[in-house]
Amino acid sequence: MDDLRRPTGFLFSILGLILALYGFISPDVQAPLEPGIPVNLYCGAMLLIFGGLLLWLSFRAKS
Amino acid sequence: MTLRAVDYVSLAIYFAFVLGIGWMAKKKITSSADFLTSRHSVPVWITSLAFIAANLGAQEMIGMCASGAKYGIMTAHFYWLGAVPAMVFVGLFMMPFYYGSRARSVPEYLKLRFDEKTRGLNAITFAIMTIFSSGISMYALGQLFQLVLGWNFTQSVLLSAIIVLVYTLLGGLTSAIYNEVVQFFLIVLGFAPLSFLAVQKAGGWSGISSRLAPVMSHSWKYLANPGDNPMGVGAFGLIAGLGFVLSFGYWCTNFLVIQRAMAANTMAEARQTPLFAAFPKILMPFVVILPGIAAVALLKQGVGYSIPLQADGSGPDYNLVLTTLMAKFYPSGMLGIGLTALMASFMSGMAGNVTAFNTVFTYDIYQSYIKPQADDDHYLWVGRATTVVGIVLSIGTAYLAASFNNMMDFLQLIFAFVNAPLFATFLFGMFWKRTTGHAAFSGLLSGITAAALTWLLTVAEGKGGLLGHVYMFRSTMAQSYWIAIMSWTTCFVVTLVVSLMTAPKPESELKNLVYGFTDVPPHDDAPWYKRPGPLAVVVIAVLVVVNVIFW
Repeated sequence: MDDLRRPTGFLFSILGLILALYGFISPDVQAPLEPGIPVNLYCGAMLLIFGGLLLWLSFRAKS
Repeated sequence: MTLRAVDYVSLAIYFAFVLGIGWMAKKKITSSADFLTSRHSVPVWITSLAFIAANLGAQEMIGMCASGAKYGIMTAHFYWLGAVPAMVFVGLFMMPFYYGSRARSVPEYLKLRFDEKTRGLNAITFAIMTIFSSGISMYALGQLFQLVLGWNFTQSVLLSAIIVLVYTLLGGLTSAIYNEVVQFFLIVLGFAPLSFLAVQKAGGWSGISSRLAPVMSHSWKYLANPGDNPMGVGAFGLIAGLGFVLSFGYWCTNFLVIQRAMAANTMAEARQTPLFAAFPKILMPFVVILPGIAAVALLKQGVGYSIPLQADGSGPDYNLVLTTLMAKFYPSGMLGIGLTALMASFMSGMAGNVTAFNTVFTYDIYQSYIKPQADDDHYLWVGRATTVVGIVLSIGTAYLAASFNNMMDFLQLIFAFVNAPLFATFLFGMFWKRTTGHAAFSGLLSGITAAALTWLLTVAEGKGGLLGHVYMFRSTMAQSYWIAIMSWTTCFVVTLVVSLMTAPKPESELKNLVYGFTDVPPHDDAPWYKRPGPLAVVVIAVLVVVNVIFW
């Protein structure tokens, strides 16, 4: 089977991208106990970085 | 808790992805071995993460967070004491025999090493156990989603079961293992932010420990006397019961986890699997247990967090700690990711059980007793059919658990009965050439009987004691540790005595099965971080440091 890092990287990049964008355009959607922290934006960025890292590792191994 | 469209989008993307992995894995399946064992073809980083993810069911996630709130950092012993030493042991000492014997399953190893009846006993008890554990995990998830989201119990159980069915049916063990890795990442990334947010809100670790009773923030300090800690156990019961018998019984002999290591490319990688897996295992308490402890501190802080009461109003319902924390700290969006992670943990737990069940049923029950001489296509077909049957039976078990209140306690007990004596059998089988088949069989059987008797004669929190009240334990947890200790000791003594009275197998039949008759390839030329010995030393060093910090 193909390198698992690639599909997994895509999954987390897409989830991260959606979450970060959602956090960016709807900053008023906030957690009841943490009204000051843009949780969606930060967590989306974290997922995106993780997905990107997996993709980078996978493409680096291929080339 | 209400979800918005964005939350459903995450869940839908994840479901589509899981099925896609199943479809990708399907392309390589041409034989029953491809489907049921992955035929030693999985890279080591994948087997390592699957090794711990297969055990990380929804019940585990919900239960560990609940225990964190109930018992504090002592709960981490389920990981530190109750898993890591056994994982090191299986990688260092036992994997050469599992992998070297070329057995396709743990029961098959017992057949090669001992005899048919020992295999039969293990295969049947194991098959029943896997069905019950996947059913219970399903019940836990269905109940939670009904309670928290108002989803229909039957619909959420069926939907998740069908998705697990499709991807395990398509890609077999490879598909289950690949998905377990993704599920592991999702669980960590989905819950680590919750842990972080809850802990910083409660004022960090120092803020938490200043607000709670000291017993909640120490893992060893209050173990001298069972009356001093909320678990009601002493150091000996904990170390011998949890740290030795139950932990080694599970991590060293349970085919569910061993199967993942056996799928590795080489013997060296099969041995590295549990050792690599030990590092994330040591850190898991900070993701799954810490939020539970922080929840109790937040409760005392009065910042607007509370733990809901049980339906009968008798006290806090700790099983709801995880989801109520999510509702308070995650806005819509991240909430969807958190729920997807919970769903993922459920699926990894269930797929793990189902893929172990179909292998044991097909090879150790069907091929051994029902139809021994068929062509491989037939066994591939049986493997697939068993996958469907296993899932249908699990759904049945989920409803059984839903209709009988005490079912759960009873089943937990059965697991202890079955798992506890097994490690004594393996210890003798792998390291003493004199051990005989009759001894293994009678040892296992008397171990299970001793477990049942201990439960029937002792009482804890009103449980057990159907035949008399010989001893009273402070908690059911202490009782289950002592059941395990009695059961293991009985199996150990009986196996030893019967071995000395019966004729052993000729040494020529013990090749690759027993210590001293197995060529373990030395890994001297590999770098230190790939050699089992040095890796084990590092794992233990990290374990000691963490325990000292949270002493």
